[in-house]
Amino acid sequence: MNPELGNFALALACCMAAGQAILPLIGASRRDARLMALAPALAVGQMIALITSFACLIHAAITNDFSVQNVAANSAVSKPLLYKITGVWGNHEGSVLLWAMILSICGGAVALFGRNLPSALQARVIAVLGGVAAGFELFCLTTSNPFARVWPAPMDGQGMNPLLQDPGLAFHPPILYTGYVGFAVPFAFAIAALIEGRVDAAWGRWVRPWAVAAWCFLTCGIAMGSWWSYYVLGWGGYWFWDPVENASLIPWLTGTALVHSAIVVEKREALKIWTVLLAIGTFSFSLSGTFLVRSGILNSVHAFANDPARGVFILGLLALVIGGSLLLFAIRAPQLTTGGLFAPISREGLLVLNNILLCSICAVVLTGTMYPPFMSLLFGKTISVGKPFFDATTIPLAIPLMVFMGFGPMMPWKRAQMWPVLRRLWWAACVTGVALVIATFQMRDILPVLATATAVWVICSSVADIAERLRLFRQPLRQSWQRARSLPRAVFGAAIAHAGVGIVVLGIAGMSQAAHRIVEVHVGQSEMLAGDSWTLTDVKPAEGPNYTALVATIEVRHNGRLVTTLHPSKRTFASQHQTTTEVAIHTNLMADIYGVLGDRHGDDANPTYVLRLHYNPLAPWMWLGGLIMAFGGALSLSDRRVRVGAPRRAKTVDVVVVQ
Amino acid sequence: MTRKSRRLWLVVACMIGLGSAAALTLNAFSSNIVFFMAPSQVHSKPPPADRTIRLGGMVVAGSVHQEKVKDAPVAIFDVTDGQAAVTVRYEGILPDLFREGQSVVAVGTVNPDGTFRASEVLAKHDETYMPKEVAEELRRSGKWDPRFGKAPDAASWNTMTAADAPKKPATQTP
Repeated sequence: MNPELGNFALALACCMAAGQAILPLIGASRRDARLMALAPALAVGQMIALITSFACLIHAAITNDFSVQNVAANSAVSKPLLYKITGVWGNHEGSVLLWAMILSICGGAVALFGRNLPSALQARVIAVLGGVAAGFELFCLTTSNPFARVWPAPMDGQGMNPLLQDPGLAFHPPILYTGYVGFAVPFAFAIAALIEGRVDAAWGRWVRPWAVAAWCFLTCGIAMGSWWSYYVLGWGGYWFWDPVENASLIPWLTGTALVHSAIVVEKREALKIWTVLLAIGTFSFSLSGTFLVRSGILNSVHAFANDPARGVFILGLLALVIGGSLLLFAIRAPQLTTGGLFAPISREGLLVLNNILLCSICAVVLTGTMYPPFMSLLFGKTISVGKPFFDATTIPLAIPLMVFMGFGPMMPWKRAQMWPVLRRLWWAACVTGVALVIATFQMRDILPVLATATAVWVICSSVADIAERLRLFRQPLRQSWQRARSLPRAVFGAAIAHAGVGIVVLGIAGMSQAAHRIVEVHVGQSEMLAGDSWTLTDVKPAEGPNYTALVATIEVRHNGRLVTTLHPSKRTFASQHQTTTEVAIHTNLMADIYGVLGDRHGDDANPTYVLRLHYNPLAPWMWLGGLIMAFGGALSLSDRRVRVGAPRRAKTVDVVVVQ
Repeated sequence: MTRKSRRLWLVVACMIGLGSAAALTLNAFSSNIVFFMAPSQVHSKPPPADRTIRLGGMVVAGSVHQEKVKDAPVAIFDVTDGQAAVTVRYEGILPDLFREGQSVVAVGTVNPDGTFRASEVLAKHDETYMPKEVAEELRRSGKWDPRFGKAPDAASWNTMTAADAPKKPATQTP
């Protein structure tokens, strides 16, 4: 009964989304207030229907309803409750439903929080979101229905891929998807603005919080995904330049550019056409990223399905959404007026530079990701590009980006002089110089040294920016405190996010100096790595809920003092005939000690074990920095300007009437 | 600053950004592209010793054994595409899904003596899944069509030739 209810709710949501896509658009063009008022109501209704549908699927998974094919294929009675719930989105059908549900929640959020928008703009935004939602709900219903039944129902399910049975994966997909889908809102605003033929400062101010919110989720999602691969895949790496990872990085890069260029629209009414294009591009990359990868066109470990019907549907849908929006852009963009003038050396000038560099990095990553599949499609040659390619192309572009990042927030708008800015940053430059010298002596290779120096530069200049605004140490602390309280939170948010980037880069630079050893030892034998002595003291079998495990005990000592005891293990899942490696990590926030248990060799009387030992300096900073970046974004969202005071449209003579 | 000169600045900045990106990409492509090769291709046209390639095929059953070089374990196994086999030496922990008789991709360089020194060994998440390159190569050499059932046991592969590969069932269409 329940799965049918879920299926019905999904179908109902699809119908409401179709209505939501068409009626408000008609209403907005005829200026019919009643039709426009339908938009928020339909958006909220669609959101409730999809949440119901998703709840039904979770209910089926929890109650072990194996007559539902999706549950039978991905769940099992013996699976722990948490993974029964998270298993719902660990497969193709469930993840499409999750995707659609998050999109409907975005629509509902625009309906609920967008009350200060002009009703025509709100109606159009919700209509665009409805159109995208209708397409994907139809995809879900027709080609990948999560509620499809099997007859006869099996007694037990086949269970989930053991690699996915992990708490990190429980929350990674929903957060990442929220980031991907969140960029649908700026996209809808861009399309609505193109239909209206009007982009102004108020538009920039409306669209920016949505872009920042999506960016925060995407940042968190990428950081979590990287952390997951670090401790689950057990290779000691954190980023593999896998097509799926690149598919999340590409929209992040354009999304970051969008968050910055929208500032220029808001403050100076310049870069309008470019911002609209970025909003369209970011969502297009999110869409193609999620679905091209999931449809198996890019050969990747994450591909769930290789079903041609799905592929054709998805390609058609992508062509419609991306092609349609670009066509609209091509027709309407020339009508948008260009805005304020600015000198090359100014805040706007540096934001333009930021956009150029971010988009160049994006182009490089896109080329590296798409080149191999195109080569095999066109010429039948099988090639791959990996870490060396991406390192050689992205790092030289990222370093100037970081250098300019230090200057950006200090620059006045419109026209600036270099000298006053440099004078305010002199101590940051000195600290960077010292860091450069220290790094040169401490680190191997030139690129990590440069990365360390630029990261220190970014962090110091963020601190300098805040200190300058507070007049810290130039007037009594009490007055600085007063200034801090009246300073907009967005300023703190930006400085914190920038410092977060610096911390991430320091983590990456530290990881490039990581040391590792692979050893084969008897129980009781010791090995040295990075000044620590690692002793394998014990290896014991253990029982889990749906697996058996072999657990090792490794004592790590520094100069004879016990630092930590690691318990890496190897799990064997009987139902899937699969083994997984459980990494043991000890961190003191400055470095990770990372141990992996490998194969067992030799006879039973005298076995030896393969161990992989890693010493990863500054590794936790990468994820910590990601969280700090997202926190900075969230802080700027809590700014008073975003919450109160409905932005007014500029009082231009309304001559651009849309036919 | 007039509109025209601003546009000029923007165009110049864009050219520099995208131009350097293109230059970096082309430069990196010329040295960092990794080609996929099957063992028979390695035999007929060995790549230069400093060139990283991806070697793919099936792990010959019974060929996996371990050696210990200065406390570090070295896994040694043969990879075959049915025409020829290449011996792979890998210092490290084999992935959890590595099995004899199943497909594998090894990344590394070919030694002058014809053995392969792997820096990375990849076996995919799903045990029924075969890397696309490997399946393609096996199909091309006529050993196996992935659409018609499981791969034959790799132990028999070196003795198999294209002529006695399993015939495609006539009734089935792709």
